[in-house]
Amino acid sequence: MKFGIVVFPGSNCDRDVAYVTESLLKLPTRMVWHEETDISDLDVVVVPGGFSYGDYLRCGALAQFSPVMGRVVEHAKQGKFVLGICNGFQVLTEMGLLPGALVRNRHLHFICDRIPVKVERINLSWTSAYEAGQVITLPIAHGEGRYYADADTLKALEDNGQVLFRYCTATGETDDSGNPNGSVNNIAGICDRTGKILGMMPHPERASDPLLGGTDGLKLFEGLLATASDALVPSP
Amino acid sequence: MLVIHKYQARIYVTLRPSVLDPAGVAVESGLKQLGYEGVEQVRIGKYIELMVSAGNERKAREQLDRICDQLLANPVIENYRFDLVEVYAEIGTSS
Repeated sequence: MKFGIVVFPGSNCDRDVAYVTESLLKLPTRMVWHEETDISDLDVVVVPGGFSYGDYLRCGALAQFSPVMGRVVEHAKQGKFVLGICNGFQVLTEMGLLPGALVRNRHLHFICDRIPVKVERINLSWTSAYEAGQVITLPIAHGEGRYYADADTLKALEDNGQVLFRYCTATGETDDSGNPNGSVNNIAGICDRTGKILGMMPHPERASDPLLGGTDGLKLFEGLLATASDALVPSP
Repeated sequence: MLVIHKYQARIYVTLRPSVLDPAGVAVESGLKQLGYEGVEQVRIGKYIELMVSAGNERKAREQLDRICDQLLANPVIENYRFDLVEVYAEIGTSS
């Protein structure tokens, strides 16, 4: 399973992801500059956190027009995996690969914290290494991470089981007191209808090395690795 | 003979009414602290100016709609409107 990590001007979590996939998990990994137009060698594309193109206009708005993102759409259409973390999640929603939008946090603060997140569904590659309803701890670092979608979109997301991660209290209550930024339905991460495209505001790559105080994020990558290998589209 | 019209577009991008605007709420509370008790419903948006050339105003408006839908506004969370002001017209030398 080969990982490609998209690097935009302003990305700043790209190397954190590469550290996890390449150094910790020993998986083939390469950085993908935003002007590249051939990513056919990749099985998983990661759109990392940061401030792509300075977050000008809106977070993630300009990144969608970079040459590589057209290829990422094709990659996704082939049923391959795409992971958007933080700014990467914002990019995926701006592109329409995932529904909804990320807007300014409810209380305006940029939040940099480690928070409890509930795993809502485990029958997908992304979450297969977790237990159902497990409360994990992941770092968040965002000013515009409040997930928003209109009522119809939200209902479709819930009906289809597309909400994979929800902000919660330490005991797993997904109520308002466990909601750091005001996201609707406490949404921290969603997937598309196929389950192959995942977008999340928390940073699993920053919770993968025990030296950093937690490894709850590593299971995301391990689960993907363990269950997805059979389903991969062979490279031509 | 082809006439090219050049317009200045003044584009206003605003948050949809259903989307909470915490920055607007913060500014409103700042204004109240300054003593402007009658102020309410502060909403913060974006103002964008650009020049656009087109064969006529209808074509310019169509182009502006596409520009706003594709990039300047995110229809999930924002609305937009724009005014066009014709700056000048010239005889085009090519199509």
